[in-house]
Amino acid sequence: MREVAVIGAGMTKFGELWSKSIKDIFVEAAIKAIENAGVDHIDSMYVGSMSGGLFVGQEHLGAVMADYLGVNPIPATRVESACASGGVSFRQAYFEVASGQSDIVLAGGVEKMTDGADVTDILATAADQEYEVYQGITFPGLYAMIANAHMHQYKTTREQLAAVAVKNHRNGSKNPNAQFRSEISADTVLNSTLVADPLRLLDCSPVSDGGAAVVLCAMDIAKKFTDSPIRIKASVQASDTIALHSRRSLTTLDAVVRAAEKAYIQSNLKPSDIDFAEVHDCFTIAEIVVSEDLGFFEKGCGGVSVQEGLTSLESGRIPINTSGGLKSKGHPVGATGIAQIIELYEQLQGRAGSRQVKNAHIGMAQNMGGSGASCVIHILEAI
Amino acid sequence: MISPRYFREIPQRYRLEANRCKKCRMIYFPPRQYCGGCKSKEFETIKLSDTGKLLTFTVIRIAPSNFSKETPYAVGVVELNDGVKLTTQITDTDPDKLEIGQKIKLVFRKIQDEGKSGLHCYGYKAIVI
Repeated sequence: MREVAVIGAGMTKFGELWSKSIKDIFVEAAIKAIENAGVDHIDSMYVGSMSGGLFVGQEHLGAVMADYLGVNPIPATRVESACASGGVSFRQAYFEVASGQSDIVLAGGVEKMTDGADVTDILATAADQEYEVYQGITFPGLYAMIANAHMHQYKTTREQLAAVAVKNHRNGSKNPNAQFRSEISADTVLNSTLVADPLRLLDCSPVSDGGAAVVLCAMDIAKKFTDSPIRIKASVQASDTIALHSRRSLTTLDAVVRAAEKAYIQSNLKPSDIDFAEVHDCFTIAEIVVSEDLGFFEKGCGGVSVQEGLTSLESGRIPINTSGGLKSKGHPVGATGIAQIIELYEQLQGRAGSRQVKNAHIGMAQNMGGSGASCVIHILEAI
Repeated sequence: MISPRYFREIPQRYRLEANRCKKCRMIYFPPRQYCGGCKSKEFETIKLSDTGKLLTFTVIRIAPSNFSKETPYAVGVVELNDGVKLTTQITDTDPDKLEIGQKIKLVFRKIQDEGKSGLHCYGYKAIVI
């Protein structure tokens, strides 16, 4: 396996993009990434999408996007792993370059969620249809059950959950591509509509349209295109039972723990070496649990840590979700994993503007599907 | 829900049928064809215990389309006495009085009316005992 670099990135604004189709959105992001990389061609491409079929009635997204991007006849493959589709798309592109099969590959992700389909029903297809969804559970409901168990076991508080949303909105207010660029107070979170107790509307990531793409290439040719290629130090994926109820624990996401362990081994790094991280905060409790399971904080201390500001951009020991995270930046599910990589790329190149992490040298992206049945982790390094 | 799909899940939904690996005694609900633990393919059918305890729960305020007229309703993860865990609605109880650790019993109830024809779909729900 040879070394692989990220050499270009592009994304659409995330939000309710009423005037743009799923094709418009993907192609806009892909063109930006290709132009940013400065390459004159790509050898292959991947499209992460959770459910083009259910959201907009369009499958076969690899071929669709290759056609509209004008890159036929290169291989074009759609990748699906629920909300981890983007991260897994990136990983497939990484393998294709690392194996020597291709030199320059585009990894993208897209979702068009606001065209009228029932988003709650479609997102629920990422859980076990027969044994979870049949009973009337929703995605907010699954994470609410994790939250309730975590609050019971570790005394995590409602205010600590709110602190995640407040922090991520503060970061997102500095991100021009974010869906919500407004700061919110803890009171606003705590008084928002109940969705699934104890989670309220402002504990939940929004329904979003958006696309994101990056260009990967072999490290030995990367300097032809950029003075500051970003090295992929680790690419790791793990799975767990599809149903939350079958897990060993309701408060630890084993797929995250396993993927993180392997990522640290692969990169020869430890949690304290990570300068900043983008993690999958589909709900506020998810960021708390994941920040523990990645080894940044002791188990049960994720809530206290966010409340004490240890994950904030300004004074954080480890800034988490400097982009605003899924909560504020938006969560077009198939694009999310790629957008996390883009935040790493911009931070590591020192181009993150007012949300720049000081001395950012190593960043981690953690993207997951369902209630944690899929997890994909990447570690990127500035060189 | 198309009827073949509903039909083939009746043993689990109506009778709590699981299967147990003959080699390592691991219980699978729903039944599996292959034991991930000991790699055996030999199973026997068993009926699960219908009592256990509540491990966690939520109250659904914004529901999937099939359940939109039922809100608010409680859903939890319960652990049955034989160690199997499953997701189930908790019924006949004020959702605000639920507590983790409460003893529960599974009962046979209608779960939802599904599809354009309104097919009645049945299964298990939990009551607090």
